[in-house]
Amino acid sequence: MNQAYKILVVDDDPFILMSLEFLMRKNGFDVMIARNGTETLELLDQNSPDVVLLDIMMPDVDGYAICKHIKSTEKHKLCKVVFISAKSKEIDIQKGYNLGAELYITKPFSNKDLVNKITALLD
Amino acid sequence: MSKAIIVVSSLLYLLLLFCIAYYAEYKQKQGKSIINNAYVYALSLGVFCTAWTYYGSVGRATTNGIGFLAIYIGPTIMASLFFPVLRKIIRITKAQRINSIADFISTRYGKNATVASVVSIFCVIGVLPYIALQLKAITISFDILTNNMATSHNLLSDTTLYFTIFLAIFIIIFGTRSVDATEKHEGLVAAVAFESIIKLIAFLVAGVFVTCGIFNGFNDIFFKASHIDEFTKLFTMEGENANAGWFASILLSMVAVMFLPRQFQVGVIENVKEEHLKKAVWLFPLYLFVINIFVIPIAFGGKIIFQNMSVDADTYVLALPLHFNKPLLSMMVFIGGFSAATSMIIVETIALSTMVSNNLVMPIIFSQNKFKNTIDKSIQDTILYIRRFSILFILILAYIYDQFVAHYFSLVSIGLISFTGVAQFAPAIIGGIYWKGATQKGALASIIVGFAIWFYTLIIPSIAHAHIISDSILNNGPFEIFWLKPQALFGLEGFDSITHALFWSMFFNLSAYILFSIYSKPNPQEVYQAEVFVDIDIYQNPEKSNIWRGTAYMPDLYSLLENFLGKERSKNLIQNYAHRHKISIDMHAKADPRIVSFSEKILAGVIGSSSARIMVSSVTKEEELSLNEVFKILHESQQMIELNKELRKKSIELTKATDLLKEANLQLTTMDELKDEFLYTVTHEIRTPLTSIRSLAEIVHENPNLEEAERNKFLGAVVKESERLSHLITKVLNLEKYESGKQKLNLTSFNFIELVNDLYSSYELIAKDKKIKLSLQKPNSMLLLHADKDLLQQVLVNLLSNAIKFTPEDKTIQIVVSDMQTEIQVSIIDAGKGIALELHELIFDKFFQAKNQTIKKPEGTGLGLAICKRIVEMHNGKIWVESEVEKGARFTFTIPNFEA
Repeated sequence: MNQAYKILVVDDDPFILMSLEFLMRKNGFDVMIARNGTETLELLDQNSPDVVLLDIMMPDVDGYAICKHIKSTEKHKLCKVVFISAKSKEIDIQKGYNLGAELYITKPFSNKDLVNKITALLD
Repeated sequence: MSKAIIVVSSLLYLLLLFCIAYYAEYKQKQGKSIINNAYVYALSLGVFCTAWTYYGSVGRATTNGIGFLAIYIGPTIMASLFFPVLRKIIRITKAQRINSIADFISTRYGKNATVASVVSIFCVIGVLPYIALQLKAITISFDILTNNMATSHNLLSDTTLYFTIFLAIFIIIFGTRSVDATEKHEGLVAAVAFESIIKLIAFLVAGVFVTCGIFNGFNDIFFKASHIDEFTKLFTMEGENANAGWFASILLSMVAVMFLPRQFQVGVIENVKEEHLKKAVWLFPLYLFVINIFVIPIAFGGKIIFQNMSVDADTYVLALPLHFNKPLLSMMVFIGGFSAATSMIIVETIALSTMVSNNLVMPIIFSQNKFKNTIDKSIQDTILYIRRFSILFILILAYIYDQFVAHYFSLVSIGLISFTGVAQFAPAIIGGIYWKGATQKGALASIIVGFAIWFYTLIIPSIAHAHIISDSILNNGPFEIFWLKPQALFGLEGFDSITHALFWSMFFNLSAYILFSIYSKPNPQEVYQAEVFVDIDIYQNPEKSNIWRGTAYMPDLYSLLENFLGKERSKNLIQNYAHRHKISIDMHAKADPRIVSFSEKILAGVIGSSSARIMVSSVTKEEELSLNEVFKILHESQQMIELNKELRKKSIELTKATDLLKEANLQLTTMDELKDEFLYTVTHEIRTPLTSIRSLAEIVHENPNLEEAERNKFLGAVVKESERLSHLITKVLNLEKYESGKQKLNLTSFNFIELVNDLYSSYELIAKDKKIKLSLQKPNSMLLLHADKDLLQQVLVNLLSNAIKFTPEDKTIQIVVSDMQTEIQVSIIDAGKGIALELHELIFDKFFQAKNQTIKKPEGTGLGLAICKRIVEMHNGKIWVESEVEKGARFTFTIPNFEA
């Protein structure tokens, strides 16, 4: 990796956020974290991450809306979106892909698997 | 008077009838029906006044005084009942396309061919002499007018024969225009109404002539008559059995005015609109009143004038003007009597011929297999020929009876004998339209038994009197059995023969009707027809009166109808019906059941309902089973309670049950969906802690060189999340337990204040950690409660934990316990963010989060509140929240105090 990829990790659960932050940092990503939708949108406004790990159910703005925002913003046209959600119904997954997400991973996930997929996505 | 003049005048009169009938049909084709008129309808009912009354009333008045009025009082009383009774009969007749009184009775009792033929045969037997009587009246009046007292028996020189032939032609022309017997006979009815006017005018003119021409008004006649001894008693109702005879006559004529075949024909079959009844109710009695005004004056006048001459009182009307040499007036009176006779013959013949052809001839023809399936274009013609033949047959029979049989009998009471015969139908008809329990066997028994008694008590004596059989039967009874004497049955003596016959025939008729109806079981068709007849107002709508479960292919139905009605007409009828009821016709598919039912009704109009059933069933495949099943329900319920009520109740119950079932089904589906949703929510809830546990454990596992602090942080999180997971699982299991009812309340009596105190002290510490103040407000005394202590503690814990979770630092949580006598009330008031009004109920819902929302609910309001709600409800208490956004929330629950 020539230059560290910028990754934005979004989840309202502090422990999941904790593990994801550690995992991504360990794999050489430049990590930003957000605990809710509002924080996410603020960070997106100021930064251009290469990939966003996005939870769907959050207390304020839901992940789908954020994905829509990313996919419709010129600045983020190269930004990849990876949903990481406990919503495991086919209809929810389909909705994620329809909104333009590159990946949809259901919780709970295997760390190794997650990292491999994200790395593959970026290469 | 010259015979030729009379014959020519009579023929001219008949020609006039032709013209009127023709004109009426011509107008009808232009769409201006003459008989669609209340006055014409009322006048046509005047066919009740036959030659028997035209001539005979005067005769009766000379011997019975005002007794002759009985047979007009009856119809007058009946007219007041036209609305409830006749209107109902008209409605049924129209709805079921009934074409005669026999058809009416048979249709009511299951469209049974036997009933139809029995009624038809009895009608012919009972009424034929009555027609003969009319012919007799014509002959006698003709003879009087021509002064030809010697009755000629040379067939070819008998003018009555020619009149009969003429009438037959007339009836055939205007009576068999259409194969559909329910179609109105415009021409005939118009002619009959016209004849009612002619006989009325003729009789009134004769009356005025006698009263004012011969005498000087009513007073003069009565004054002179009062000098004749035998007259004084006529003014009163004295005399032997006058009351009983009077009563019987009134009763008989009440029945006759509706159920004589000719009265049924004009009053019901030919009725165009039931509204016409409104006028008929007073016009018809008025007609009867007017035509009778001069009966007494003519009777007394005749008696005075012909005091010492042998002139038959029945001929006074004609004899008086003849005696005073008034040829024109005599001619007029003759024509009046002629019209009374012919109108009766016309209508009665039409009615009888319809019955004979539809109920006696056609069932035999159509039950033969070769007619069932053939497409024979000549069926229509066949039917018309059968009708025409029947008309001829009846008139010939009447003529033969008149010529060769009648002179053996006294003709005097033939009218009343006919009335008594027809009265035998009354129970079956009246009962049939008001009593659903009446059955086919009951009706058959009633009619057959009634007629048997009628025959035995009235006809046998006539035959005996004529010395055709030994008259010892009258004096000693058959085989010397004294109590079987036909005129003193079972020792009943002292009544006139009509009263006697009426009493016994009705006694046995009604008994048979009721007993057989009660003890016989109706077949499904009968049950259904009974329902339709009695509740005609419900079933008038043909769509509702449809129970046909058979299937038939359209082409089969069409070809069947075409045979009887022709291509054009069948097509029009079916298409109109289909259009009216919004049924689409597919020539290649099975016919709509309503079309099948309708086709049967059309055919019923042509060949009678019993034959129509045979024909239609030949092209349909009936689903016997389902039909029977339907009626089995009907049948069984009928035995317990009145059928209709039960049926309606049943159908309401059925609807209710269906609704309940639907509801239950819906509930199940919703429950299923909810269950799915719940499971999904639960697994979703479980996934979150599981995700961090797995992820963090993997990190620790794969990074043995983690710093001590970081390692502890991760492991601590794993422990915490594991705890969260097990809490969640416990809650889910608890909730499941409470909801399924598996959890039984472990009721004990305890001091609720103590419980609150304990909780308060342990939570005070937790609150202190979060810098939250806790306050408790409670009654001073102890509060004894009979409840499940552990479960109530759970409620309090859940509510308190939530309150602490949402209340920010430095704020206070209030706990308020109040004794409301019958219940205790506990409120926990936090100072959190509050809850929006629309969520007040939803937060107690365990599925709150499941409704596909992606916005996460506030933490801690998961299953906890659902569990609280369940526990409180298990104690028959209530739980609710009062809150406004940003102003904190007040959760309150109540528990009834069982010991209070």
